[in-house]
Amino acid sequence: MYLDANIPEGPLEEKWINYRSKMNLVAPNNKRRINIIVVGSGLAGASAAATLGELGYNVKCFTFHDSARRAHSIAAQGGINAAKNYQNDGDSVYRLFYDTIKGGDYRSREANVYRLAEVSTEIIDQCVAQGVPFAREYGGLLANRSFGGVQVSRTFYARGQTGQQLLLGAYQALARQTSLGTVQMYPRHEMLDLVVIDGKARGIIARNLLTGALERHAAHCVVMATGGYGNVYYLSTNAMGCNVTAAWRAVKRGALMANPCYVQIHPTCIPVSGDYQSKLTLMSESLRNDGRVWVPKKKEDVEAIRNGQLKPTQLSEEDRDYFLERRYPAFGNLVPRDVASRASKAMCDEGHGVNISGLAVYLDFADAIKRYGQSEAGSRGISSPDEDTIMRLGEGVIEKRYGNLFEMYEKITGEDPYKTPMKIYPAIHYTMGGLWVDYNLETNIPGLFALGECNFSDHGANRLGASALMQGLADGYFIIPYTIGQFLSGEIRTPAIDPDLSEFKEAERDTRTRLERLMNVNGSQSVESFHRRLGLTMWDFCGMSRSAEGLTNAKEVVRSLRDEFWNDVYVPGKSDQFNPELEKAARVADFMELGEMMIEDAKHREESCGGHFREEYQTGEGEALRNDDDFAYVAAWQWLDGKDSILHKEALHFDNVELKTRSYK
Amino acid sequence: MHMKLTLKIWRQEDKDSKGKFESYEVKINEHMSFLEMLDVLNQELIELKKDPVAFEHDCREGICGACGLVINGRPHGPLQGTTTCQLHMRHFKDGQTVWIEPYRAKAFPVIKDLVVDRSSFDRIVQAGGFISVGTGQAPDGNTIPIESDVVEKSMDAAACIGCGSCVAACPNGAAMLFTAAKVSHLGLLPQGKIEHHGRVATMVRQMDKEGFGNCSNIYACEAECPKEISVDTIAYLNRSYFGSTFMSDLSP
Repeated sequence: MYLDANIPEGPLEEKWINYRSKMNLVAPNNKRRINIIVVGSGLAGASAAATLGELGYNVKCFTFHDSARRAHSIAAQGGINAAKNYQNDGDSVYRLFYDTIKGGDYRSREANVYRLAEVSTEIIDQCVAQGVPFAREYGGLLANRSFGGVQVSRTFYARGQTGQQLLLGAYQALARQTSLGTVQMYPRHEMLDLVVIDGKARGIIARNLLTGALERHAAHCVVMATGGYGNVYYLSTNAMGCNVTAAWRAVKRGALMANPCYVQIHPTCIPVSGDYQSKLTLMSESLRNDGRVWVPKKKEDVEAIRNGQLKPTQLSEEDRDYFLERRYPAFGNLVPRDVASRASKAMCDEGHGVNISGLAVYLDFADAIKRYGQSEAGSRGISSPDEDTIMRLGEGVIEKRYGNLFEMYEKITGEDPYKTPMKIYPAIHYTMGGLWVDYNLETNIPGLFALGECNFSDHGANRLGASALMQGLADGYFIIPYTIGQFLSGEIRTPAIDPDLSEFKEAERDTRTRLERLMNVNGSQSVESFHRRLGLTMWDFCGMSRSAEGLTNAKEVVRSLRDEFWNDVYVPGKSDQFNPELEKAARVADFMELGEMMIEDAKHREESCGGHFREEYQTGEGEALRNDDDFAYVAAWQWLDGKDSILHKEALHFDNVELKTRSYK
Repeated sequence: MHMKLTLKIWRQEDKDSKGKFESYEVKINEHMSFLEMLDVLNQELIELKKDPVAFEHDCREGICGACGLVINGRPHGPLQGTTTCQLHMRHFKDGQTVWIEPYRAKAFPVIKDLVVDRSSFDRIVQAGGFISVGTGQAPDGNTIPIESDVVEKSMDAAACIGCGSCVAACPNGAAMLFTAAKVSHLGLLPQGKIEHHGRVATMVRQMDKEGFGNCSNIYACEAECPKEISVDTIAYLNRSYFGSTFMSDLSP
């Protein structure tokens, strides 16, 4: 299959502007007759549904949550990037583009990333106008902070709740369109199949989660904004409900999955504390602005700390190894996520981990508290302040910046991070891979679009902090409203699609059969137990570090686990009622197939890049070793039931940046 | 440390059925979160091929607002400023009996067991909880400077997670704190001022229509709000509402 990314001609910085100006349009009178289904109501879905509604299309928006406001975008903490250059520190659209391409380890499309950087500035304007309470300086202007992998300050934030505030902005825009009747909301509805008619996406089968009824919904096209698949690992920072099912159903109908092995492991999460654990909690990357990452140098200190005989605060400076500052002096604690995660893992693998399981490093704010305390004392005119005053003032500054995160940490661990360093460890956080899309954000199935984390397009093999919110809103507010016209302008003569067509009935029948099959296994093991086992295998062999041998083994394990699942799972209740266990079972069944495809992708990519680290391909210093000659392409996989997936390649061309070894030293 | 607890959980088949408390014994570990304890119980029930307890949850880090149980009579349990998912078992005692109920309010019908329907909140927001700005209409973000204190106050109100504990805590089942938080978040910002009075009127009208009770200044909502939203927002709403009644075409 030839994959045409449909990238417009012309110089990089003119592609989007020129394309936008010459794009096919749909006249207002025709928009009223065109129906669009949007699946998902997070940042990408809500912003898309609201904007398409504003344009005059008839939109139906589906979410499995009880309200659009609960989508997991709500949990994003740190911020959103934009090339505003308000800080006058040398930022520009080009620099944001360059940082993102480099941060992604040269595995993303230049044209898409440049467009993302270009529209980033409009997002901030839009959100401010909607009433997003971004942090402000004393003069009343917008404040910024720094995030990993960059040397400018371009991250806009609303305390540690930026995702919440941006989502509420999009949710309110959606609520406005709902009240105007342009968008019809379908909460507590889950997409369980895609309906393709004559090669075009024309609708979905959705399950009403309250009644269990299957519904057929038809439209001229389908927009998916259903998030990432990090929960394939069972333990992740994703919400419990995050799943791949909608996207995977599209894959089963012929959509390609691109770079599924590119997953992001976030360095600063609260470590696992027991085998009952249901999820992991992120501590925002913004904390690395002020926190210093370290482990004890000496093994005997490690032992003493683990036994509780020594406190980390008692350890002298020379006995601490600030390993990120040591290894990467140019970026220090603010190296990108993949680099920081691997470095922490390496220290723990060498036996320097600081909790009982040996899987934790320190994130320490003592220096920052002292530094801020001194400067605060100075600004208040307190001459020669004592230690207590300095600490108190310093803690006040830290509280203002990260108060809610510190509180969250204390609630979970029972330890006070103002007094003792946080313990952190990497965890699965985000998936760069996703449905393959072209420049229009259209998948290989005409009329099927994918936005936000659900697609693969902008982050390459590693996403920079504060860029997920940027991409979700860029796709939803400023890209899809234009590019969808390229498809829909050819559909103005297509009458409303009939949901009684045979394709709809067949898809509904397939879905019903699948759900009944799950109910009828009537085995002895819970859905949860299978999910846990799948997650462990994926984490051990397709997680932070991968090898050909481990992946080969893991593929067999996942296949046999899948067989076991379909022969021995037990789902309580009935399919025609509210049944959260059945919802979960259908999602885990899809994760089992996706897992195999991820393993396949990780195995075929014989190089290390970004979040994908193959043990066989590393430098003498343990850094990722890319192979641009053989692997500078997008790996788009086609799923075939019962067979190995087929690989299709889209070559990546770099005309504007030079491919270099990524260095943060 | 391991603990043994007796749980008295409200079980209700659906909206129209009569519910009742059922008793369960669980052996757990003090580091678990409250919802992880319910996970453990549900795994045991599933192993016995019994119906697991339905409860709503998603992010499990205190921000999505999906979870919300009345624990020993208090929405989100005994800790101040904490959602159910952030509550850990170390705050309970070995051998304790814990009563777990759904949020009870006329405007929050029970769906099953501990899951309730809070879609009335969405309809209150749809009635005017927004700023009418279409995509692409915005001026540069720094065009209107906003005092940082004002933004902070707006943010305090905007932190509402829409969990409904204010309603569950209120003896009248009022949604004043929820509505007032949205009115304050938007009304305090210059961008939200233009529609402020209309917004107050239409949101309050919808709130009444949904069957929420009246506010009689009991302040239980503030005490139980996991995001510690202040009742000052209610005073702000009331002042604005009073103002809006003088605008004839908007009078409620």
